Amino acid sequence: MCSLALFPPPLPSGQTTLCESNNQLLSGFNTEDRLKQDSSPLSLYFPRESLKLHSRTESSSKAAFLDHSETLWMRSAAAWRDGGFKGLLNEITNSHTEVPKWLSVSSGCTLALLRRFSSFHGSLFPHLTLSCEDMIAEFSQVLNWSDCVVRAFAWHPHTDKFAVALLDDSIKIYNPKSATTPTLKHRLQKSVVAVQWKPLCASALAVACQNCLLIWHVDPCSLSTRPSSGCAQVLSLPGHSPVASIAWSPNGSLLVSASPVDTAMIVWDVAAESCVELQRVGGGGVTFLSWSPDGSHLLASTPSALFRVWETRMWTCERWPCLKGRCQSGCWSPDGSRLLFTVQGEPVIYSLTFTETPGVTTCTSKGPQAAAVVADLSETTFNTPDGDIIVGGEIQSLAWDPRGERLAVLLKGDPQAAARPPMIAVFKTRTKPIFELLPCGFVQGEPGAEPRLMQFHPNFQHGALLTVCWSNGRITHVPFYFLSAGIPHFGLDGSPSLQRPQERPADYANQSLFTELIS
Amino acid sequence: MFSAEQSCWFVRKVICWRAAASIAWAVLLLPPTTSVFVILGGFSLFHPIQTISECLTLIGSASAMLSLILLCGVILMVGFLNLEYYTVIPTIACSRIALLGQLLHPHQFVNSLAHCIMGVIVAGCCAVIIGGRYETLGYPCTQTDGSPQMCLNEYHLLLLLAGAFVGFSHSLSGVIHNMNYVSFHAVQQYKYLRFKGSLPLVVKCSATQALYSIRNYIVVYLFLGYIPRAWICKTLDLHLNSSVHPLDTVTGLLDLSLFYHLWISATFLLFTWYITLLLFRIFVTEVYSFPVQSSFTDVAIQCLPKVLTDKQPVILKFLALQDLALLSQHSPSRRAEVFSLSQPGGHPHNWNAISKECLSLLADLTQRLVAYHDTVQTNGRAKSLSTGSERKTSSETSVTSGTEDLMSPRPNLLMKTPASVFSRSIVGGPLSPLTAPFTPDLNSPFASPAMRRLTAPAEQCSPWHGSVQSPHIMRRVPKLWSTSTDSQSNGSPPPSPASVLSPKQESSKPSLLALFLQNRKEQVKHFLGKRVLIMYLFNKLPEASSQALFADSQAHIWALEGLSYLVEASFSEDQFGVVQTALPSILSCMLVLQEAVDRHFKLPHASSKPVRSTSSMGESSYKTLRFALRATLKTAIYRITTTFGDHLNAVQMSAEHRKRLQQFLEYKE
Repeated sequence: MCSLALFPPPLPSGQTTLCESNNQLLSGFNTEDRLKQDSSPLSLYFPRESLKLHSRTESSSKAAFLDHSETLWMRSAAAWRDGGFKGLLNEITNSHTEVPKWLSVSSGCTLALLRRFSSFHGSLFPHLTLSCEDMIAEFSQVLNWSDCVVRAFAWHPHTDKFAVALLDDSIKIYNPKSATTPTLKHRLQKSVVAVQWKPLCASALAVACQNCLLIWHVDPCSLSTRPSSGCAQVLSLPGHSPVASIAWSPNGSLLVSASPVDTAMIVWDVAAESCVELQRVGGGGVTFLSWSPDGSHLLASTPSALFRVWETRMWTCERWPCLKGRCQSGCWSPDGSRLLFTVQGEPVIYSLTFTETPGVTTCTSKGPQAAAVVADLSETTFNTPDGDIIVGGEIQSLAWDPRGERLAVLLKGDPQAAARPPMIAVFKTRTKPIFELLPCGFVQGEPGAEPRLMQFHPNFQHGALLTVCWSNGRITHVPFYFLSAGIPHFGLDGSPSLQRPQERPADYANQSLFTELIS
Repeated sequence: MFSAEQSCWFVRKVICWRAAASIAWAVLLLPPTTSVFVILGGFSLFHPIQTISECLTLIGSASAMLSLILLCGVILMVGFLNLEYYTVIPTIACSRIALLGQLLHPHQFVNSLAHCIMGVIVAGCCAVIIGGRYETLGYPCTQTDGSPQMCLNEYHLLLLLAGAFVGFSHSLSGVIHNMNYVSFHAVQQYKYLRFKGSLPLVVKCSATQALYSIRNYIVVYLFLGYIPRAWICKTLDLHLNSSVHPLDTVTGLLDLSLFYHLWISATFLLFTWYITLLLFRIFVTEVYSFPVQSSFTDVAIQCLPKVLTDKQPVILKFLALQDLALLSQHSPSRRAEVFSLSQPGGHPHNWNAISKECLSLLADLTQRLVAYHDTVQTNGRAKSLSTGSERKTSSETSVTSGTEDLMSPRPNLLMKTPASVFSRSIVGGPLSPLTAPFTPDLNSPFASPAMRRLTAPAEQCSPWHGSVQSPHIMRRVPKLWSTSTDSQSNGSPPPSPASVLSPKQESSKPSLLALFLQNRKEQVKHFLGKRVLIMYLFNKLPEASSQALFADSQAHIWALEGLSYLVEASFSEDQFGVVQTALPSILSCMLVLQEAVDRHFKLPHASSKPVRSTSSMGESSYKTLRFALRATLKTAIYRITTTFGDHLNAVQMSAEHRKRLQQFLEYKE
């Protein structure tokens, strides 16, 4: 079952995907496209050169100074301050000429023992040996996070505004209805990995940083372009950094945060600043969180081949061991009954269904016994005028539009090979009465620009709107115009005129990739 | 009578059983805890095997069994005290003198005494379990002249007194940190998982708390240890062995193994008590599912609409509101019962009762906030219009404000805090409603020494004291403490600024008397204002009055959640449109409350966040309730506006509210 073979071939070089209309993806050439995009207020461009980056890390300045001999006590105190217990031991072991022999030997032994132990622990959970930045990059939903100009992106769930986190650790908020674009900066706001707006609130924005969680309260009526750091609420817990993923509950009351080094997932009551730790043994941390749109379930994946699905009423969980690797990404259908997820190292999309029988007061919903494969995205070669392009392979992230009609899949590609670019493949989906998956096409940007991050607009009137952040710092929006099958629409103004379905020029769109059998 | 009967069924059938279950679990957990203590108490680094074998023999011995039975008795007592003293609305002391008043209250004294005695019993058990030099109080010894007699074992005494001290400080810190306050979690979990999750915290808390207590205890014993020692020697006719070094010296207390044993015993003591408290909290805050409606009349009084309207006991009301918030969120079938019509007649009795109760709760909070704000505001205005005798800078006034209320001669005025205007009731608490957290009332025995001394000069200075007891002069007193006067406590609306001003001008005419009184008052105030200790005691703690105002806001949070979820669900589930009739009143109630809350947060100290303390068994969640209420209120309004959208334009509403609502519809709040 090689699904990508049914897709229309990628566009020739120089063309970009503009929108979907009449069931096919329209493309345009670059020049006219740029004109169009520059006129649109929401399309943004952040050239890498415009950002002021930190040129060097702080610890590297040590080499610029001359060595100065201090007493052993001073050095030990400094080592304790900088490197903690390990640093102190290291200092004592290194200065064996000054300390008694037994002290240096015993500290050396302790150090060796500690190293053994940490290497053993690291061999159980290899991700713990990574540095903070590498760990974030490893588990982020953004492709190649450390080199990405736009590091995080979030649409407001109710209005047309969004927040963009940039490489220079600042966050900008864009609102087409307002002339001001507030820039959020905070001392603790470093290596932002995720941002998310609080549902049922106009102002609160949660930011997952390296050492803490920040909750910004940005007054939408304020004219200030630089809200002070007093507008930010800092939530942190020892042992819970770096924060890799956050998720607001859809009813806006709770915020869940996860860190790859902490086996506990933290549920915050943000206003009261109280938290509950949900600790489960196994997995070695939590890397990705996704709350189902109806609020009943929460997906929490771990760095090992295991993920959990929490039921959010009494906070019990189901364990789902994977065969191959960790769960990389996941997304929920709008009614929260179906979970699509991908596993690292496998080019397939799995599906799980959760049926909650209405009216039953028991809190655990009886889940399925095994996940079903719904799409196979293994590598496929397309012959284009510019040469062969190989598309497929591992999946970086999934996004499902809020109506459940389009599914966007960000394929990792291969950074070494030019013929295997990262690519966004879009499927048409239907969840009712049966689950169906149909090919739609590839979304491509300017030549040389690779997709890094994507998100659907939460309430686009005329179908679905996919926002893509590209590697060159550009943010574009690709609308998919369609009439929703579930909701009857009368007199939709603004959407392009409809044509007869039989006028579709290509027949590949009719072929269904996956249809669920009703047992 | 009716409500008394009802409170009876709930306390009898539910709360008592829950408390009993929690105590039973605490008793069941005692043997494993004790075994861990036996191992840790007898641990010696160089003979691990010997330690374990000794411990095993000790566990089987009769004395260990006896001490285990005694410990069970202590746990039962602690559980009983938890049940007796718990409260769901915290008592917030607004000044240090009020806190002192709480600490010196007779009821608290009984509590402290009980804890002291239990501490002694636990410490005695610990001494028996650890054995060795701690085991007995007396031992036979020979005096210098060679005659045999009983001598005092000071190690045993030290441990017993340590138990008493830790018990006492536990009960004191219980008052200071509101340890009897039972808070409800936003996240529902099964009891076992909640217990498992909180266990590391309990271990950490008991170890650190024990460390601090023992440190303090050692300092106290160093200086005052000879008093109890001499007393015990005298009463029990024991002698001091002169050949043994006394322990209340620096060298005697510099004993690492002694310190370790004291610390491990205190940790054990606090751990067993904290576990009992934790289990009690977990069991008592468990969700109780009330039936929404019932066709049987004897069950009808246990139904949700009836239970919600009860004022007593407060725990019943809280659990009912929690159940309402959960059912409105999670259970479509129970929501359908709420929206249903009565069978003959077709009236939505359930919905009417529930919505009415929730709205009255919210209106009550709004009124409280408005009254508080008015008192703060009138206060400022009264000061600006004051006569010459009151000419002071505002900073001075705010500094000395603490003393003013005490200075004012009003023995028959009921001073009430905003919190106590609302019918506060502490289950099992003996505090009369007049014992407000701001000002301990003058009649209560515990407060009188300090208070009478302070009020005495004022009364002596004013020989015409009785004749000028007019309310006008009372009102002149700047109310920086922002207590509401008796007019409010009687239920009449708070005095508007205008009505306060007019008598003021009247009273300034026969001002000879008043001026004299004022001058005297000023003098006393100035005199007292210079005393640092008095300032320290009477100064208002920042943000405490705000905390007191929102002390029971968990109820309001649930009411808001319940209402908003029900209204949201009614968009698709309400077949008969019963909710629509109440929609204008719900919206206007929420908007008025929103306005009042916004205004309150503009006051100084109201929006300052308290320091988060995670490593304490005392619940501090009441300190942030006002923020939680503000967030919940906004979310609740947004939930309704997002669900109904432009349909809300058809709802009847005043222009001002419509404008406000439009802001919410455009997501600009």
